[in-house]
Amino acid sequence: MSSTALATAAATSEAQQSRTRFFRNPWRHPWFLEGFTWLYLIWSLAPIAIAVLFSFNKGKSQAAYQGLTWRWYWGDKVNSIWYNPQLHSAMIETLKLSALTTVIAVPIGVAFALGINRWRGVLPSSFNFLMILSFVVPELIFGVAMFFIFTQMPGLKDLGLGNVAEVLGLVTWNVSWPAIIVQARLVTIGKQYEEASADLGCTQFQTMRRVMLPLLVPAIFASAILVFSGVIDDFVIVDLLSSNAANTPMSVIIYSTQHGGNGGPALNALATVMLLLSFVVAGAGFGGYRFMTRGQRIDGQAALTAITGAE
Amino acid sequence: MAHLPPEPLEARPGASRARSASRGPKPYQPNKWFWVLLASPGMIWLVILFVIPFYAMLAIGEGKLDRQTESPVAVYNPFTWSSANLTNVWRDLFGSGAFAGGIAVRTIVYVAIASVLSLVIAYPAAYFVARFAGRRKGIFLVLLIAPFWISYMMRMLAWIDLLQTNGYVNKVLSFVGLGSPNWLGGHSYTVILGLVYGYIPYLILVLYAGLDRIDPSLIEAGRDLGLGRARTFLRVTLPLSRQPILTGMLITVLPMLGDYYTNTLLSGARDTSMIGNLIEGQLSTPSAGQGAILSLIVLLVLLLPMLYYVAQTNRASQAAS
Repeated sequence: MSSTALATAAATSEAQQSRTRFFRNPWRHPWFLEGFTWLYLIWSLAPIAIAVLFSFNKGKSQAAYQGLTWRWYWGDKVNSIWYNPQLHSAMIETLKLSALTTVIAVPIGVAFALGINRWRGVLPSSFNFLMILSFVVPELIFGVAMFFIFTQMPGLKDLGLGNVAEVLGLVTWNVSWPAIIVQARLVTIGKQYEEASADLGCTQFQTMRRVMLPLLVPAIFASAILVFSGVIDDFVIVDLLSSNAANTPMSVIIYSTQHGGNGGPALNALATVMLLLSFVVAGAGFGGYRFMTRGQRIDGQAALTAITGAE
Repeated sequence: MAHLPPEPLEARPGASRARSASRGPKPYQPNKWFWVLLASPGMIWLVILFVIPFYAMLAIGEGKLDRQTESPVAVYNPFTWSSANLTNVWRDLFGSGAFAGGIAVRTIVYVAIASVLSLVIAYPAAYFVARFAGRRKGIFLVLLIAPFWISYMMRMLAWIDLLQTNGYVNKVLSFVGLGSPNWLGGHSYTVILGLVYGYIPYLILVLYAGLDRIDPSLIEAGRDLGLGRARTFLRVTLPLSRQPILTGMLITVLPMLGDYYTNTLLSGARDTSMIGNLIEGQLSTPSAGQGAILSLIVLLVLLLPMLYYVAQTNRASQAAS
């Protein structure tokens, strides 16, 4: 065997070794997984970025880029979201529904969670069961049932479809957020605070008001954020329960305008406003949650998952 | 206690405890009615706006049709229920020339493909972010969660823009010489893509939360005991992520089965329509009663997975206490 052959053999075996060493290393960085994750993120977010870009499109196309403008926000006196009465009222309607639903659903859900969690028995556990069930029922089926009571049921029929029906439907659909989140928090808090405050002479009401509620503030806040943003994004219930242009929120406008054909960049502008609104709520939620849980061992990631309901 | 006949203290079981309790501070015994009072608004709300609506749905499904106004009439008394709608729906689902049966099968196929695809895409991404993102976890998490905060309609709109015949997707495709298909012309693959894209953020979130909770020392133990990367994953990580996978699948499959808007927006064609389209299309028509029956059948079919989810949620909260 010549020396060069030996050298090449040694070189190849060394290369092989380093390759096997790379694959054998149990703590090597998973480049493939990371690449896959980045591809996923691009696939999930790039379309949104492009849709936002088209809301600034000079022309009427939603598919071909023709330059930047504020035309579809307020520049166009007829078709922009600020001047088109339908699009303008849709923005107001979304805000109105979100605010009303949050204001009604959160107190009911929080009180429900407190009561059900401490009151032991068959009745409270069946109602808790019902509450979680309302969380998983497909929205269409729930919406259809709601549609029927507001168009058929004596008593509720007189209310008819529209704002009241929408708020009632949305509250029922969203009340499970505070109910579930507050209960989960109650479980981690435990009973010792309540017992301590009772030992120190508080009445039950005082215990609730001065001990439990302050402890629950972050959970209540997170659920309010979830309800508010859930209503912004809600589609099925408001689609089935809205009756005319005056009580149609943004999501339904996007749906009904787009599926007839080209909705034009004004629709993208509307969707962008919706996006901004959601992100502002999420940002406020994150900041608020961090502020309320300061001094506790809760990091940014935990706060992020808390306001997304993934706890 | 005061009205009990006097007994020697030693004879009563637990007497010493009772005595020490009476000397010390009163044990915490909250009044039950306070809890009842707190819970009652929510309970009443659920009865009126959750239980009764489903009963009304049943009453309309089992009700009659007013021939003059061409509208369904609810019958609230179960003894006078008519099964006309039920028979009709049954015939549409299983009879000869049944059109609803085909739609039901299509729905199941679409949802099955879409949910499996979602899992295949979501799991590796969630796994990477939960296990390997290291110091960049925060930024990855923000990007992963972002779609959750973007409205479903916005996300569908984004794809409608991209998939138009002169849209960016076709520009890229024709640039590499793959032609320019009419994506929005009523194709199954577009609808399935829409379903995957629409529901994957919810799945990925559940998976991330579950995978993040796995104790890394268990995985290290697997390694220390001589398992390779792949086998550690198969023997340790995968079994531990069974629960999040099941929950995540449920949380995506249930709404997918009631979806009608993805289909309308991305296809609109009759031959891609799903069960949701069928129900939604019947709502303001004389056959609303059949829509009600169909909704109840869907509900019945989904009852088991829903109950599983409720039991899981309950068990999780009890295990923590």
